[in-house]
Amino acid sequence: MTELDNPMIKDGVLCENHWQLVPKGHPELPGAANIIVPALLALEHQERIAQRNDIAVWLDSDEPPELIADQLPQYCFIAINFPVFSDGRGYSYARTLRQRFQYCGEVRAIGDVLLEQLFYLHRCGFSAFELREDQNIEEALLRFNDFSEAYQSGGDQLQSVLSKRLQQSN
Amino acid sequence: MERVAQFRQQTERYLSGEISEAEFLPLRLQNGLYIQRLAPMLRIAIPYGMLSSTQLHKLADISRDYDKGYAHFTTRQNLQLNWPKLAEVPDILEELASVEMHAIQTSGNCIRNTTTDQFAGVAADELEDPRPYCELIRQWSTFHPEFAYLPRKFKIAVCASETDRAASQVHDIGLHLKHNDRGETGFTVFVGGGLGRTPVIGTRICEFMPRAEILNYLDAILRVYNQLGRRDNKYKARIKILVRALGADAFRDKVQQEFELVRGGEMTVPDSEFQRMAGFFTTPDYESCDAAAVSTAVRRQASDDRAFARWLERNVSTHKTPGYAAVTLSLKPTGIAPGDATEQQMHAAAELADSYSFGELRVSHEQNLILADVRQADLYPLWKQAQAAGMATPNIGTLNDMICCPGGDFCSLANAKSIPIAEAIQRQFDDLDYLYDIGEVDLNISGCMNACGHHHVGHIGILGVDKKGQEFYQVQLGGDSGHEASLGKVLGPSFSQDEVPGVINSLIEVYLARRQGDELFIDTYRRIGIEPFKTRVYSND
Repeated sequence: MTELDNPMIKDGVLCENHWQLVPKGHPELPGAANIIVPALLALEHQERIAQRNDIAVWLDSDEPPELIADQLPQYCFIAINFPVFSDGRGYSYARTLRQRFQYCGEVRAIGDVLLEQLFYLHRCGFSAFELREDQNIEEALLRFNDFSEAYQSGGDQLQSVLSKRLQQSN
Repeated sequence: MERVAQFRQQTERYLSGEISEAEFLPLRLQNGLYIQRLAPMLRIAIPYGMLSSTQLHKLADISRDYDKGYAHFTTRQNLQLNWPKLAEVPDILEELASVEMHAIQTSGNCIRNTTTDQFAGVAADELEDPRPYCELIRQWSTFHPEFAYLPRKFKIAVCASETDRAASQVHDIGLHLKHNDRGETGFTVFVGGGLGRTPVIGTRICEFMPRAEILNYLDAILRVYNQLGRRDNKYKARIKILVRALGADAFRDKVQQEFELVRGGEMTVPDSEFQRMAGFFTTPDYESCDAAAVSTAVRRQASDDRAFARWLERNVSTHKTPGYAAVTLSLKPTGIAPGDATEQQMHAAAELADSYSFGELRVSHEQNLILADVRQADLYPLWKQAQAAGMATPNIGTLNDMICCPGGDFCSLANAKSIPIAEAIQRQFDDLDYLYDIGEVDLNISGCMNACGHHHVGHIGILGVDKKGQEFYQVQLGGDSGHEASLGKVLGPSFSQDEVPGVINSLIEVYLARRQGDELFIDTYRRIGIEPFKTRVYSND
């Protein structure tokens, strides 16, 4: 097992997670540094957040990115929560962030994030992953390579078979 | 093969307890594995129903080595094994992979097998062969990273002719191939059709989507559904409920908004790619022949042999190439679960395909097997061999060519048995002359309201219901899955199992008494309405 405290995966490597999640319904914006605040709280305190550079935001599965579209650059990163792994809305939210809002910063998966989901999450544009505690995080690194080809274009580097073929024929 | 390795590793982790039941569920479902009433069930994908003889031989071997020597062809052109062992499933998947087959996305809340017309490529009435488009959609939907955890399952059907033989308007998305006035190819897009508890005919949301943009448009529809489809109640999670809740116009607007973002993007398909796809579906090496002479010879054989004549009339369809025909091998003999085939029958069908149809077969959504490219000169010997294999029952399109789900004998969802009902009706109508006189009737049977037997769109639909622990059957009339798609109306209070064949007989008698000219059952029903049928059936009490 890894020796890291609170390990996570970021840009394909294991690292320590130094960020604290602020739960939904928290009454105030905490003063502590490196906090991930829920979207509604973030919206309430937009002006204070604009003056700080140690705040990230998290969207729950019923909170589409449109909600915070105007303030994206203010956050250190955007986290998307999976309340249960089978709730697939977050995949479309990540695609929307990358595609519609051209967001280039970190998009982090949090919540019920399992080994089996990593390949697809990464393809949809997630770049950081806080796995559920019981998941074997070292094995997780292997899961990004489950498949070597893809038929679809995605938010990652894997090129679709179609676009490869067209490139070759040009 | 990467997928087989992945699932083997997942199954091992599940069997060792590392993956929980709940977490294994979507993994096994996406590999086609259900846990059923008596055993696991594995559903094998047959993309748009196309099979090579090599593949069918392999399926026969698999059903012998890993199951009880038979398998079940489904209404979505797939194949189900009803008794595999969980620990052996990775081995089965490996065997399948050796003939380029798999069970990926045949179950679970993802995009399922894309289905089409069983006569694709040979039907005289089609605008274009729909299969290259099905293949394109198959590729796009396979391992689509964004849509593996949808609110609910998602089914797409493509049709390319006036007669909709793919029941496309009762699919989550139905695509009707069209040519515009400049001769370009595109699709009319229907969304939100479906059967199940809330049967709905699809809503047309786009009149003409050029083929180059079709994948982008599908992405847009799925993205709207993935974000807004209900996830709190699985019975309200299909896209049809979302389309209804938002209203067709609002739904269309949302799709349009997403579409504008991806229009012309990386998944736009250039003409060269369509040409490449079409290259996989070349016409076989047809022989030219004196079609008139062949047809005279076949007519002579038919006048000498009444049984052959019956089979010709019911099981042989026209072909766009002179001198050729499409043959339907019936998987509906009386007393066998509709759609079931034994290991021996699968081998026999594969051999017939090699001898007479360029080594290729199709599965129809009516659960039969098709040999699509048969020389008319070969019909007679083919018929003899099909007869010997028990696949020449001359009942295609008749009341006895029913669609039927596995029902309470196999399925843990069912309220009632469906196969014994099918058999009792087939026995009621065992006189072939009477059966032919009745003509074309779609009779569909589902063992519960999940409607796997498509009862809503049967001209006569039968639905198994549970009344205080007893199995009863509700009868519906007037459904249709074709171009003029419609949903059946309930006749009245339900019946016991024993009563059903008699009820069907009464309905048929009303039709025979009231039909005008060569009106089909559905036409008479549309003309006279449900009342005469109701009166007759319930006055018998």
